[in-house]
Amino acid sequence: MAEQQEKKKKKKVRRFYDYSLVFTIIFLTAFGLVMIYSSSSYSAQLAYGDAGYFMKRQGMIALAGLVGMFIVSKINYHFFARFARLSYIVSYILMGLVMTVGIERNGQKRWLGIGDLSFQPTEFVKVALILYLAFTIVKMGRMINEGKGLGAIALRALPIGGMVAINNLSSGIIIVGIAFVMAFVASKKKMPFILCAVAGIVVYFAAGPLVEFIYSQNPDIGYRLSRILVWRNPEAFATGSGYQVLQGLYAIGSGGLWGKGLGESIQKLGFLPEAQNDMVFSIICEELGLFGAVSVILIFLFMIYRFMVIANNAPDLFGSMLVVGVMGHIAIQVILNIAVVTNTIPNTGITLPFISYGGTSVLFLMVEMGMVLSVSNQIKLEK
Amino acid sequence: MNSNQTRHREKIALLFVLSALMVAVLLGRLFFLMIFRSEHYSQLAEELHQRERTIKAARGRIIDATGTVIADNRTVCTISVIHNQITDPDRVVETLSRILEMPEEDIRKKVEKYSSREIVKTNVDKEIGDAIREEGLDGVKVDEDYKRYYPFGSLASKVLGFTGGDNQGIIGLEVKYEEYLKGQNGLILTMTDAKGVELENEAEDRIEPIAGNDLYISLDRNIQEYCQQAAYQVMEKKNAKSVSVIVMNPQNGEIMAMVNVPEFDLNDPFTYGQNLISESARQEAAQNQAEKGENSQDLLNQMWRNSCINDTYEPGSTFKIITAAAGLEEGVVTLEDHFSCPGFCIVEDRKIRCHKTGGHGTETFLQGMMNSCNPVLIDVGQRLGVERYYSYFEQFGLKDKTGIDLPGEAGTIMHKKENMGPVELATVSFGQSFQITPIQLITTVSSIINGGIRVTPHFAVRTADASGENIHTFSYPEGERILSEETSGTMRYILEQVVAEGSGKKAALAGYRIGGKTATSEKLPRSLKKYISSFVGFAPADDPQVIALITIDEPEGIYYGGTIAAPVVADIFKNILPYLGINSAEEETTVAFRIYG
Repeated sequence: MAEQQEKKKKKKVRRFYDYSLVFTIIFLTAFGLVMIYSSSSYSAQLAYGDAGYFMKRQGMIALAGLVGMFIVSKINYHFFARFARLSYIVSYILMGLVMTVGIERNGQKRWLGIGDLSFQPTEFVKVALILYLAFTIVKMGRMINEGKGLGAIALRALPIGGMVAINNLSSGIIIVGIAFVMAFVASKKKMPFILCAVAGIVVYFAAGPLVEFIYSQNPDIGYRLSRILVWRNPEAFATGSGYQVLQGLYAIGSGGLWGKGLGESIQKLGFLPEAQNDMVFSIICEELGLFGAVSVILIFLFMIYRFMVIANNAPDLFGSMLVVGVMGHIAIQVILNIAVVTNTIPNTGITLPFISYGGTSVLFLMVEMGMVLSVSNQIKLEK
Repeated sequence: MNSNQTRHREKIALLFVLSALMVAVLLGRLFFLMIFRSEHYSQLAEELHQRERTIKAARGRIIDATGTVIADNRTVCTISVIHNQITDPDRVVETLSRILEMPEEDIRKKVEKYSSREIVKTNVDKEIGDAIREEGLDGVKVDEDYKRYYPFGSLASKVLGFTGGDNQGIIGLEVKYEEYLKGQNGLILTMTDAKGVELENEAEDRIEPIAGNDLYISLDRNIQEYCQQAAYQVMEKKNAKSVSVIVMNPQNGEIMAMVNVPEFDLNDPFTYGQNLISESARQEAAQNQAEKGENSQDLLNQMWRNSCINDTYEPGSTFKIITAAAGLEEGVVTLEDHFSCPGFCIVEDRKIRCHKTGGHGTETFLQGMMNSCNPVLIDVGQRLGVERYYSYFEQFGLKDKTGIDLPGEAGTIMHKKENMGPVELATVSFGQSFQITPIQLITTVSSIINGGIRVTPHFAVRTADASGENIHTFSYPEGERILSEETSGTMRYILEQVVAEGSGKKAALAGYRIGGKTATSEKLPRSLKKYISSFVGFAPADDPQVIALITIDEPEGIYYGGTIAAPVVADIFKNILPYLGINSAEEETTVAFRIYG
């Protein structure tokens, strides 16, 4: 009888599955495909003779990614912990390979490839790091509340972040940012994080005047520092390094309140380089206006909100930390991308998750989403 | 140890709040960019995207008193190629070279040149432009344009003027009435992509051109043509350097003809030395070209001069009209006053000769005018004195410009009053030692004979838009009274007698009452023995409706104005008076209504 009751109880345990998040993912991916088609059809027609070239490629990978996401989401996330160390090691191997036999595009070594297939290992590194740090934090236990623990996290995140940053500064920043967010949530300590945040704010406001001062003393500054000058005054570099930012601003500004209408962007017609890529948000602004842009941002905010809900209800710290990692990843990337496009921070190549064109990115984003959904699926709904 | 603790939840919530805050900042930034900076960036983007093409406005036509268009527009085409829009370069090269009759390699160069727009040929006839358009070639643009065209070639060239490359007036009425004639250019604004290819579905912003207004002038093509023909004839016959004729309505100042031969072709204004009908003019032109170069700007400016208004001369005996009018008005002389002419007269220490060496003997003032006797007019001048003579000179408007609606009117060159002694006064009395323009002379004489009211000589009557709707009527307010009506009547009588029985009798025309005065002025320096022969005549003498002034520059052989200038005016009057509806008084005279041209 008691046994039977227990069995009944067990049977009655209903598992949660975050369908709101699933819907948000599908919506953003589909919307991304529309925007990729809209912003790239002109350049795709010119370059490949097929207006839908980018959209079709992205669509196929996104579809495969969605299937992968559902499979991953049905696996108990504790199973992933087994691969934490391995994936961390593989990250180093992949980055080493990129540096030695990587494919160079646009002057940056970022790709690994065999034949027609190529992928950006940095996207893998992001997932691997989230997994590995979640695993490490759980294993560390209370040590995370001490300086030593935080130091251990830094020791694991900074080398790989640095390796990535050599060829891809923005991905390096994102990787370090993810580690920062995860450590912040996990640790009892507050001071180091507050100090870091204050330092960040100081750098944000001081960098411009400082670099301008250096420039006035010695105009021969490097490529990365010169981006700060461009950021401060893109119109002074209109034909050179400020071109992309300025063209993006033209697109955003000419959108106005209601936009020109879907497909009506003019900036995408060769004026704005990589319109389907890092700068896709400015085309959204031009075509859909302020209302369209705000809607997209709010959908991302809703997604982050869902991550928060899942992380807060995760059955254990490991699940929670996995979701926090993903949450940090998405939040950082969305905020940085929009900040770059609106020239709020200096230009650095960051894609907008789910919307920007990029096969590797969307594939690994789907894996991350699968992990989050897997955590959500372990939440037991109380009666 | 493995559990998800409350502090974790708090921090996760904090993380979300921080993200939301940052997103809020970015939303604010977007709001700023898309609302407050929208206009700024839209405008910059628009400038980047738009390509401007001007559509030239048609220039207003110039239409004469008979309603004939004497300055018109012809549609010409500009053919250009746009590299990015060409789909079949070989066909473009082949077709353009065939239709435009240009070498293939020249066109190929332009077709293959990577530029936003390459002009292949300008000023192409409309028919050829249409033929190219019908071929429907991608990337070939046919833009229509207007070019000034003067259907009568050299007719009234120095009056009408011509236009330059941008259809702007350069001399004459074309310059004077530029603001009415020019119209407003339109614009086609097309959106293009980054390579300059026009976008198909983008609305073209089109600002339509506004055509200039037509200018209606008082010049009469028929009278102008007849006068021009007469001027060429006398120029050739007397081997003169140039001949000018002005025909005007003395009542209101409307100019019916203004001829300055040799005229030049308005459709080809940059070739010096046109219509050199006399040997002396040819020689002068050849000499000028040898000195200054074939088509130097100097020589062209000289060719374009309208000597009726741009040049001054010593009027000579025609100016005796002014002296006589002043004397009569002031009452220092009457028609019956007796004078004696010994062939000269002495003013202070100078001996001034009459043109008749033996003298005219005893004569009345009227006879003195009929004989154009210098001593008589010198006497009248002396009776007036410098003070009064000078004030009449000014009263008659001779010190001012006439205000004719042509650019570059020359002013009067006259002694200063304080420098004028009896000798200067004497020479001025019969038209020497100072200079005025022909238009000044004819205007002043008009004012003296029309009842005494100063007129403003002019061409422009009104402007109208392309449909003929009146836009602006020019008004020329009646001028001041400069002479009493009575003196004006006396002057008409005197001048009628000059033609009837005096020095101007070669201007007489059967059936008409003609008034007039001859002049033969010696050019400076006097030692060269070069002359300007002139005659000013008007009809009918009792009620003047038309006045004409002819000046012949450096005639050879017989050079007396009465002999060579007066008959030309008679000939002109013979033809234009019936044309103007001024009929012969004699019933049996049925004057041939013949107008040449």
